[in-house]
Amino acid sequence: MPLVRTNRLHKHFGKNHVLKGINLEVEEGEVVAIVGRSGSGKSTLLRALNGLETIDDGTIEVDGTALVAEQGDLRALRQKVGMVFQQFNLFPHLSAGQNVMLAPQIVKDTSKEEAEVIARSTLARVGLEHKFDAFPDQLSGGQQQRVAIARALAMSPKVLLCDEITSALDPELVNEVLMVVRQLASEGMTLIMVTHEMRFAREVGNKLVFMYEGRIHESGDPQTMFANPATPEFANFISSLD
Amino acid sequence: MTYQFDFSFIYEYRAMLAHGIAYTVYLTLVGGTVGTLIGTVGAICRTWDIKPFAGLYQCYVELFRNTPFLVQLFLIFFGLPSLGIRMSEGQAAILAIILNVGAYSTEIIRAGLQATPKGQIEAAQSLAFTRWQIFFYVMLRPALRKVWPALSSQIVISMLGSAVCSQISAEELTFVANFIQSRNFRAFETYFLTTAIYFAMAFLIRQSLNLIGRYAIVRRPLP
Ligand SMILES: Nc1ncnc2c1ncn2[C@@H]1O[C@H](COP(=O)(O)OP(=O)(O)OP(=O)(O)O)[C@@H](O)[C@H]1O
Ligand SMILES: [Mg+2]
Repeated sequence: MPLVRTNRLHKHFGKNHVLKGINLEVEEGEVVAIVGRSGSGKSTLLRALNGLETIDDGTIEVDGTALVAEQGDLRALRQKVGMVFQQFNLFPHLSAGQNVMLAPQIVKDTSKEEAEVIARSTLARVGLEHKFDAFPDQLSGGQQQRVAIARALAMSPKVLLCDEITSALDPELVNEVLMVVRQLASEGMTLIMVTHEMRFAREVGNKLVFMYEGRIHESGDPQTMFANPATPEFANFISSLD
Repeated sequence: MTYQFDFSFIYEYRAMLAHGIAYTVYLTLVGGTVGTLIGTVGAICRTWDIKPFAGLYQCYVELFRNTPFLVQLFLIFFGLPSLGIRMSEGQAAILAIILNVGAYSTEIIRAGLQATPKGQIEAAQSLAFTRWQIFFYVMLRPALRKVWPALSSQIVISMLGSAVCSQISAEELTFVANFIQSRNFRAFETYFLTTAIYFAMAFLIRQSLNLIGRYAIVRRPLP
C-alpha cells in the first residue's frame, strides 16, 4: 500500500481548472520529482497534499489519514506531511533552535528539554548545530533553508514536500541545500519535490512526474523518461531546458 | 517688563499637584493597558472576521475615531445617566480613555497583524499549528514589534488628551491646575508649570514604553 495516494484530485481557482484529476501514488522511501512548465499546477498539487489548498473533488490519503474534498482532519494530515517552501518562511522573531523547537512543543506537547534535544539533532542533520542561537536574519539563504528543513524534520513527518526550495537561492548556495536533500533521500526519507534542477531530479529521484496543464502527463523512472520521452510534450519540455 | 514671577505656590499646593499627577498617570496606565487589551481582542476579531464581534468592533472603532473625545466623555458622564447608568467623574473618565485607546489600538494592532507575511502563516499551518497558536506564536510578537512605536504614540496622545477630563471635574493634573489658578490668579506660572509637568510625563512614558518594547517584545523568549 502506497504511503501517499491521491485519487481523481480536482482543483479550480474560479474558472481556472488547475488540477484535472490527479492520481499519484508514492511508496514509502520513494523520491519523487515533479517537473513541468510554469502554471502546470505543480505547487497547487503539493499545497493540496498538506491542506494549504482545499480540494474540490477527489481524495488524498497519507499513511491512512484521508482527506476527502475538505472533509477530514487537516491537522492530523499535516503532522504526517512536512513542507519546505521556496521562500524559507522561518519565523523571524525566533532563533534557529527556537524555530525548530516550537512545533514539537506546542503541537506535540513535547517538553522543552526534549524539544531542545530534537532541535539540536535535526539541526545537526542539516549541518547547522552551531547555529542554534542565530536568528534568521543572521543566516545566509542556504542556511535559512536548511533550518527550514530541520524545522519540518523535527515533527518526524512521514513525507516531506519541497516546492522549488533552491529557486530563491544564490547559485553558490544551491548545492549545500541539495546535499541535505540528497542525504535525506539516502536515509530513506519519502520526498516529493517540485524542482527545476533536472540533473538533481535525475540523479536523486526514483520517480519523475511530468505535469502538463493540470494533469500528470507522463511519469516513471527518470533515466528511462529522459532517454525515451513517451510524449511530444515531455520531449519538448526537456529540449527547452538546454 | 514689571511682571514678577512667583512660583512659591508650588510648595503650598504640592499635595494637590502630586494628586493631579498621580491621577493623570493612573488614567494613562490603566487606560493604556486595558485599552490595548481591548484593541488586541478587537484586532483578532477583525482580522479573522469573527462574527458578530468583527462587525460590532468596526462600529465601535468608527464611532470613537470619528468623534471628539470631549463629546465621548460628555456622552458617558452626562448622557448615560438618562439610560440609568450613573458613574462618578473618575469612572466616566477612565471608561472614556479606555474606550478611546481601545478604538485606536484596534486599528493599529490590526495593521500589524495584517502585515504578517502569508508564507509564515502557511509555514505554521504546514506544521499543524492551530489558528490560535498561529496568532499567538507567529503573528502577535512581530506585529506588536512593528506597531509598538505607533501604539506608544497613541498612549502618549491619550495621556495628553486626558486633560479634557477636567471638564467633568475628574481630579487630574489640568483640573488641579485650573483650581490653583483660580485661587492664586497666577495663570502664567501655573500653566507654565503644568506644561512642564506634561512634557516631562510624556517624555518618561515614551522612554518607558521604548524600554518595554526593547526588552519585552524584541527579545525572543520561547513559550
Ligand atoms: N491562489 C491562487 N488564486 C488563483 N489562481 C491561482 C492561485 N494559485 C495558483 N493559481 C493558478 O493556478 C495555476 C497553477 O499554479 P501553480 O502555482 O500550481 O503552478 P506551478 O506549476 O507551480 O508554476 P511555477 O512553476 O510557476 O511555480 C496557475 O494558472 C496559477 O495562476
Ligand atoms: Mg510553483
